[in-house]
Amino acid sequence: MIELVSEDRCIQCGLCVKVCPTNVFDTNEDGLPVIARQEDCQTCYMCEAYCPVDALFVAHHADEKVAVTEQDLIDRDLLGSWRAIIGFGSRGKVSMAANDTTPILRQARSGIARGE
Amino acid sequence: MSGETALKLTADVLVIGGGPAGAWAAWSAASKGAKVVLVDKGYLGSSGATAPGGTNLLYLPPDKEMRDKAVRERMASGGYLSEAGWIHRVLDQVYINLERVEQWGYPFVRDENGVPQRNHLQGPEYMALMRKTVKKAGVKVLDHAPALELLVDEHGVGGARGALRQQGKDWEVRAGAVVIATGGCAFLSKGLGCNVLTGDGYLMGAEVGAELSGMEFSRRYAPAPAFSSNTRSRLLGWATYYDQDGKELKGSRNGDFLAERLLEGPVYAIMNKADTPEKRAILRSSHAIFFLPYDRAGIDVFTQPFPLTLRYEGTVRGTGGLRIVDDNCETTVPGLYAAGDAATRERITGAASGGGAFNASWAICSGTWSGEGAARYALSQRAGADSRQLRSAGRYGLAETTGGRALSSPRVETAELVRAIQDQVFPLQINYFRSEVGLKAALNKLHSYWPSVNEQAPGNVHERVHAREAAAMAATARWIYTAGLARKETRGAGLHLLAEYPDEDPNQHHRLLVSGLETIRTRPDRTFLGGASAASYPGTEQGA
Repeated sequence: MIELVSEDRCIQCGLCVKVCPTNVFDTNEDGLPVIARQEDCQTCYMCEAYCPVDALFVAHHADEKVAVTEQDLIDRDLLGSWRAIIGFGSRGKVSMAANDTTPILRQARSGIARGE
Repeated sequence: MSGETALKLTADVLVIGGGPAGAWAAWSAASKGAKVVLVDKGYLGSSGATAPGGTNLLYLPPDKEMRDKAVRERMASGGYLSEAGWIHRVLDQVYINLERVEQWGYPFVRDENGVPQRNHLQGPEYMALMRKTVKKAGVKVLDHAPALELLVDEHGVGGARGALRQQGKDWEVRAGAVVIATGGCAFLSKGLGCNVLTGDGYLMGAEVGAELSGMEFSRRYAPAPAFSSNTRSRLLGWATYYDQDGKELKGSRNGDFLAERLLEGPVYAIMNKADTPEKRAILRSSHAIFFLPYDRAGIDVFTQPFPLTLRYEGTVRGTGGLRIVDDNCETTVPGLYAAGDAATRERITGAASGGGAFNASWAICSGTWSGEGAARYALSQRAGADSRQLRSAGRYGLAETTGGRALSSPRVETAELVRAIQDQVFPLQINYFRSEVGLKAALNKLHSYWPSVNEQAPGNVHERVHAREAAAMAATARWIYTAGLARKETRGAGLHLLAEYPDEDPNQHHRLLVSGLETIRTRPDRTFLGGASAASYPGTEQGA
């Protein structure tokens, strides 16, 4: 579930509020996104994918809340890590689609007997 | 509905839902000259099962032999409830549309001969591209605008009403035709991207008298890491499974293997069949989302065990949905069309799951056809939708409009109602290892919860949306089990079965239609057979 909005990094663009498909965020009086309905988070990582400044962190736990600290996430190089992997929306990085190895995977897979 | 109607629009076509099917429907209707509004509960581009991950496609080059073989295999695995003509139609249409996707800018990789590999799409980029394309086509997009009920008159459907959930206000769109593309129903099981899929479109359709078909084919659970939402399990073919003592679980992993083992105790996997750095790199670049939860958990999946669970996927990887009766995906209600997982996919999948490839191609094609059909229908109407005497059709889970409810009546907490429904729908013992005895008991409980859907008392717009979702899930669960009890056989790839009836019954070579909300009716549908029977397809092999 979503666990962190970094106030330090957030530029108040409102994109996460807009793209979250389950409407987890509200915008507070200062214009910052706040996690208003964490229980509605479906752990789909889409907010992270769209955040232009890597200010969000979705923990991998789908059913329970976990404590995170921003410094620990920075130290472990996790802030913005999903966005970096998929090259999403950021210029200069290779897009996931352009780098798709699924066709190669199909060939490799044919060498492995299915379901064994 | 009680909120202030802040936004009133008139259009030719209203598309409800902003996943792939809705996006294609909106684009298709707009390109036929219709004025189109698309509303989504969340956000066109991130909503639905497709956006967060990757999706395979049913896609074959126009090679007659190759396509005939694929069609034959599917007819067999689907227990001959699909239609060869429709599978061919999808193969034809999806080929055209994926060429379009490439022209619009999707960077399909090419093989060494320069042939584009169009049988897999990465969800985030695909759906971002579809949003751009839909908007460029002139479609008005309303995000965070869940539809709550349809508008009807004696001529059929003429629009819908819903909430602008980030503004606490309501919207109303009057339209000559409506396409329901709200996806399937996965009962908030937290499969990847699936929590927006709560059967809303089924309920809206049923409230105006639309029928559903194939709801019994809904016995599908997806493997996922026990702690995570990640139900993209394709890569688990590269894993070895172990019990909690580290003993390898051998045997064919097809069918009931994982479900049976999980009832005995925890199951762990290690992706140790990917035994070279090259293979591991290929796996990572093909299905990056698969690795995300493990990377965050600090688990090296290639060498370390991780626990598995099964998450219920309802009608998302099932095949049931609103019955469609013509080539344009029109329902039995005039002016109402269905596309994607909101529609039954039996015409191409029969009794087998359309999970992955079939459903993704179906979304593209049914979206295209329903959009075209809805545009043609709307543009041929003499009276504009804004001159019609339309009434609101919503009856369930819309507490503020039900009226007449005594203030002393007990308030039902939506979260508790949802948990009660899930308790009858999620357990493997009830819904995977189906039996007549088990389904009857669960259905009786679900029927007893039904009055509760109108005893919810939402306090704000978010709770209003959830209350309606709870009603849709309660209805969907009842349709699933009612249809399941009516099909007293085990057909095709086992997407439905009853322990008491382990064999296929030639007398049940029909689809099952369900309809109604207070009382649920079932009836067989043989219209698709057109005189043909299973005997018309000799020499077929079992599909993959």
